[in-house]
Amino acid sequence: MATDSQLSMWEVFMQSKPGNNYIHAGTVHASDKKMALQNARDTYTRRGEGTSIWVVPTDAIVASDPNDNDMFFDPANDKVYRLPTFYVMPEGAKAI
Amino acid sequence: MELLEKYDKLSEQLLKTFEGKIERGDAIEPRDNMPDGYRKHLIRQISQHAHSEVIGMQPEGNWITRAPSLKAKQVLLAKIQDEGGHGLYLYSAAETLGITRKEMIDQLHTGKAKYSNIFNYPSLTWADIGAIGWLVDGAAIVNQVSLQRTSYGPYSRAMVRICKEESFHQRQGYEIMAKMMKGTKDQQEMAQDAMNRWWWPSLMMFGPHDGESPHTSDAVKWKIKRSSNDELRQKFIDKTVPQAELIGLTMPDKDLKWNETKNCYDHGPIDWNEFYRVINGNGPCNRQRMEHHARVHHEGGWVRAAAEAYSKKKENI
Amino acid sequence: MTEEQAIYNYCLRMGDNSLIQSYRLSEWCSNAPILEEDLALTNFALDMIGRAQAMLAYAGKIEGKGRTDDDLAYRRSERQYYNHLIMELPNGDFAKTIARLLFTATYEFYLFTDLQRSADPTIAAIAAKTVKEVKYHMAHAGDWVLRLGDGTEESHNRIQKAINKLWMYTGELFETDETDAILADKNIAVDLALVKAKWTAHITGVLKEATLSVPEDEYMQTGGRKGVHTEHLGHILSEMQYLQRAYPEAIW
Repeated sequence: MATDSQLSMWEVFMQSKPGNNYIHAGTVHASDKKMALQNARDTYTRRGEGTSIWVVPTDAIVASDPNDNDMFFDPANDKVYRLPTFYVMPEGAKAI
Repeated sequence: MELLEKYDKLSEQLLKTFEGKIERGDAIEPRDNMPDGYRKHLIRQISQHAHSEVIGMQPEGNWITRAPSLKAKQVLLAKIQDEGGHGLYLYSAAETLGITRKEMIDQLHTGKAKYSNIFNYPSLTWADIGAIGWLVDGAAIVNQVSLQRTSYGPYSRAMVRICKEESFHQRQGYEIMAKMMKGTKDQQEMAQDAMNRWWWPSLMMFGPHDGESPHTSDAVKWKIKRSSNDELRQKFIDKTVPQAELIGLTMPDKDLKWNETKNCYDHGPIDWNEFYRVINGNGPCNRQRMEHHARVHHEGGWVRAAAEAYSKKKENI
Repeated sequence: MTEEQAIYNYCLRMGDNSLIQSYRLSEWCSNAPILEEDLALTNFALDMIGRAQAMLAYAGKIEGKGRTDDDLAYRRSERQYYNHLIMELPNGDFAKTIARLLFTATYEFYLFTDLQRSADPTIAAIAAKTVKEVKYHMAHAGDWVLRLGDGTEESHNRIQKAINKLWMYTGELFETDETDAILADKNIAVDLALVKAKWTAHITGVLKEATLSVPEDEYMQTGGRKGVHTEHLGHILSEMQYLQRAYPEAIW
């Protein structure tokens, strides 16, 4: 690594309160895990936005290719039997 | 030959997909195909925006140690910290386009990348801290609110976050001005003087008049820019003038008056010579701001090198 | 000295420590080695201003002359300030700032941990809030000391030099006088001898892990508790108090 760098990049995910999903907040730069976590804390929770943070080296993220979207995501579109509204319930059936 | 033709067809297809997304108002995401011009425009605009936030810390930082009360110090410090955070969000958004923060900083230092002209003006009195918050942040937020709908996803998300956080900045500035206008004669004079010095540069923040702005047409076509310079400037003037009047400040523009038919304020001519003079490096603080930034960057080099060396030694800590 | 006077002194000292330290840290704004660290140092400064407000406001209340936190911060002069000397020393390079932060945050962590049990409920409440903040400051500073100590040769030398230079200002942190004695007796103040033992153990541990040497105790500087400061404090105050002094009638 070059001597004068801006350190490496980490992706930050935050949970706003226990029970919620972790949501991507942005990135920070840091040279190690502890620094990444502290920098994420100081950057993304200045207004008490989070109660838990994940940091992941950006290099470790594997992303789907938007050019593959047709094969990746379209086949799920016609599987309506996965949705509860696909089924006909007899009238009067409650809370099923 | 045949291959080349195939390639052209492919890129034509990709461009169509891209334009279709823009047309429908879908967000463009980092891994999507995008024309080079789009990418370049965004890198220039977002990095300039990021640098502006960071350089903007300097004129306000000039008053941290002299803030006149503990509360004023606290609020100012929190605000400047926000600017730093916003610079960070924006660097982060630009980095999704394939440029590194280091490259952006290098471009700033070589003069290839610009930052907002407004920060080349000095903050001379405490009232300037009021004027910066009220007018400069006020102008910035008008622009940023509009940019929340920009077509590039990461930029738009950064703007949403920034707008949410910046809503206190303008209030902070206006509160300082209002307090000073209610205060002693000295304070009132200071406030009016700051108003006089910051008003015109604030109007220049929106850039040249429509039609004279070099990058506007592509930016509009690609929905990077969602409102024109003049529209945004007008919006800013219309909301700011009544605020100034309410606290007893005089507008430093003798031609400023309400236009009944247009339902907005008319204003006097903006001194574009000054604008270009400052952009071209001859504002009061251009050199000072850049020297400060470069000095800090170089002085920090050994710290960053140490952090990396340590991380390498400990591998995976 | 009455108990009230002692509480007043005690809170003033802690308030001054926070105020002067926050002043120095706030000077890092837009000057840190990387943007993320700029935000971190500013956060610490903000924590400290908050603590200064709480301590000075309480001191003013105990004093009973109607002085506010701002009055105490902006209208006292050099000889009426009682912070430890280490707080007012110029920042120097990043190594010196981090070394100081390690020393002071560790001191504050053990001090405020014990002060949570203070017989004075206001002090105990401020301590409970503060201890969370300074625990983080201590961790942040400690992590940086490790990175600098065990980073490059240059960083090692810089942090070692900073530690050596600051060492003579650490003794004062544990000095006690009549104020402490009166309050310790009433379980309002803490036993600084215990704080010192924990401080020494923690600092020794961090420095050793960072491959740094622990300086020998030699002469320790003193004077802050009596309002006898380094030349630096006067400059801090003349800058900090400028508007309040130049426009005494104005409300900001």
